[in-house]
Amino acid sequence: MNWMRPWALALCLSSLGWSAAEAVDDPQPATAQDRQWLLPDLPPHPDDNAPTTARIELGKMLFFDARLSSERNLSCAGCHSPLYGWSDGLGTAKGFRSKVLGRASPTIVNSGYNTIQMWDGRRATLEHQAMGPMESMDEMAMNLDALFAWLAVNPSYRAAFAAAYPGEAIDKTTTSKAIAAFERTVISNDSPFDRWLRGDRHAMTARQVNGFRLFSDPNKGNCAGCHQAPNFTDNGFHNVGLASYGQENPDVGRFAIKPVSSLKGAFKTPTLRDVALTAPYFHDGSAKTLLDVVAHYNRGGEVRTNLSTSVKPLSLSKDEMRDIVSFMEALTTPAKPFTLPQLPAN
Amino acid sequence: MQFHPQWATVGAIIVAAIGLFTSLSADAAEHVLAQKGKAFSVKKLQVKVGDTVKFVNEDPFAHNVFSLSDAKSFDLGSFGQGGSKTVTLDKPGTVEVECAVHPDMRMVIEVGK
Repeated sequence: MNWMRPWALALCLSSLGWSAAEAVDDPQPATAQDRQWLLPDLPPHPDDNAPTTARIELGKMLFFDARLSSERNLSCAGCHSPLYGWSDGLGTAKGFRSKVLGRASPTIVNSGYNTIQMWDGRRATLEHQAMGPMESMDEMAMNLDALFAWLAVNPSYRAAFAAAYPGEAIDKTTTSKAIAAFERTVISNDSPFDRWLRGDRHAMTARQVNGFRLFSDPNKGNCAGCHQAPNFTDNGFHNVGLASYGQENPDVGRFAIKPVSSLKGAFKTPTLRDVALTAPYFHDGSAKTLLDVVAHYNRGGEVRTNLSTSVKPLSLSKDEMRDIVSFMEALTTPAKPFTLPQLPAN
Repeated sequence: MQFHPQWATVGAIIVAAIGLFTSLSADAAEHVLAQKGKAFSVKKLQVKVGDTVKFVNEDPFAHNVFSLSDAKSFDLGSFGQGGSKTVTLDKPGTVEVECAVHPDMRMVIEVGK
C-alpha cells in the first residue's frame, strides 16, 4: 500500500512535534565570517559632537519642525519620515511648493555609519549635510538669518540650545550638530538578519539564508561587491546602468563633484537596511519593487555607457532572484514606538 | 653638399631627448602598490621624477586610480580584480591619489628630483 506511506510518515513526524514545513525550512546557521555584517551598537561621532540627551532631543525638535522652512510647511521629516522608512515613498523628492526634484530622498536609517553623505557624496558628514536642504532654494528655501533670530528669541529653543551646547551660539554649527546627533539615533540593527548573525538560527528562513548566500557570492548575485558589510554599502560610487542615464542631459551624479570620467552617472551605494520600507528604488526612483531592482542587475543594466565594471549580466533564475528579495526583506528591524517631539509654541 | 643649420638643431634636440629618455629609463624605478581591503597598501610613497607606480587591484571588486593634483593629473580608469594600471611621475611635487569609486581610499606620492 505505497500510497499510505507519505501519510504515515507525516503522522509520525507530527507526533514527534516536527512539521514537514519545518523540515524543509531548516536554515543554515551563520558562520564566523558572516558576523562581519554585525553593526557596531552605535555609529561613530565627531569629537566635538558627542551624543547627549539634550543634543538628541534638540535635534529631534529641529528635525520635525516645519518652521525651519520659508513657508513653514516643510521639515526634514517631510522627506525623511519615520512613516516611510525615514524616506518619503516618492520616486523623487518634492521640495519648495511641491517642485519635483531630480533625486529620491535617501533614507537616514544608519546614515551615521556612512563615511560620506548624499547621493553624490558632496557632504562628508551629517553635520556638513544638515543645513543643505534649509539653504537650498529648491527645498526648504529658508532665510537662515531669520531662522536663527527666531530660534534665539523662542524661549523653548533658547533653553534647549543652552542645554545642548552651553556657551555656544545658535547658528549653523550648533543647529547642524543637533540634527546630526538626532539622525545618529536612527538605527536599524535588530532585523531577522541581525538576529540570525547573533546566533538565532531560525530568525531567517532557509530561503532568506539562501538569498544571503546568493547576494554575497561573487559568481551569483555579487551584490555584496558594492553593498558591503556591515552597513550594506561600500560608501562608493557606481554607474549602475539605469535607463535615465541614456536620456538627453542625464544627471551625472558624482562626476559633478569629482570630474573623473568613470564617475559620470555614478551615485553612492545606498544601505539596504530597512530597504523593504523605502520603495521605490534607485536615485531616480525608477524601480518600483525590490524584484525590479534585482531583475535590473540580472540583465546587467539597461544603459551600458560608462557602466561600472561591477555590473554584468548575472544569469540568476527567477527563484534565485526571489530568494535575494526575500533576504532583503529580512533586513527590516521591527518598528519600535517613536515619541514625537513637543515643539515650542509660536 | 649644403649645410642646413635647422636640421642640425632638430638632430641635436632628438639626440638630447633620446639621451634624457635613456637616463630616465636607466635610473627609473617601478613601485608596485596593492589595492586591497579598500585601501592602498601604503599611505605615502617617495619616488623620483621618471619613476613609475603600478597599482594592482587585489580586491574582488573594481577600483579606479586618479589624481587631480597640479604635479600630475591623471585618470587610470577602473579595473577589476587582478587588473593593474601604471602611471609615470614626470614632474616633482605632491600627487594626491584617490580611488574614484571608493573615496575613502587615498594615498600621497611625493615626487622628488
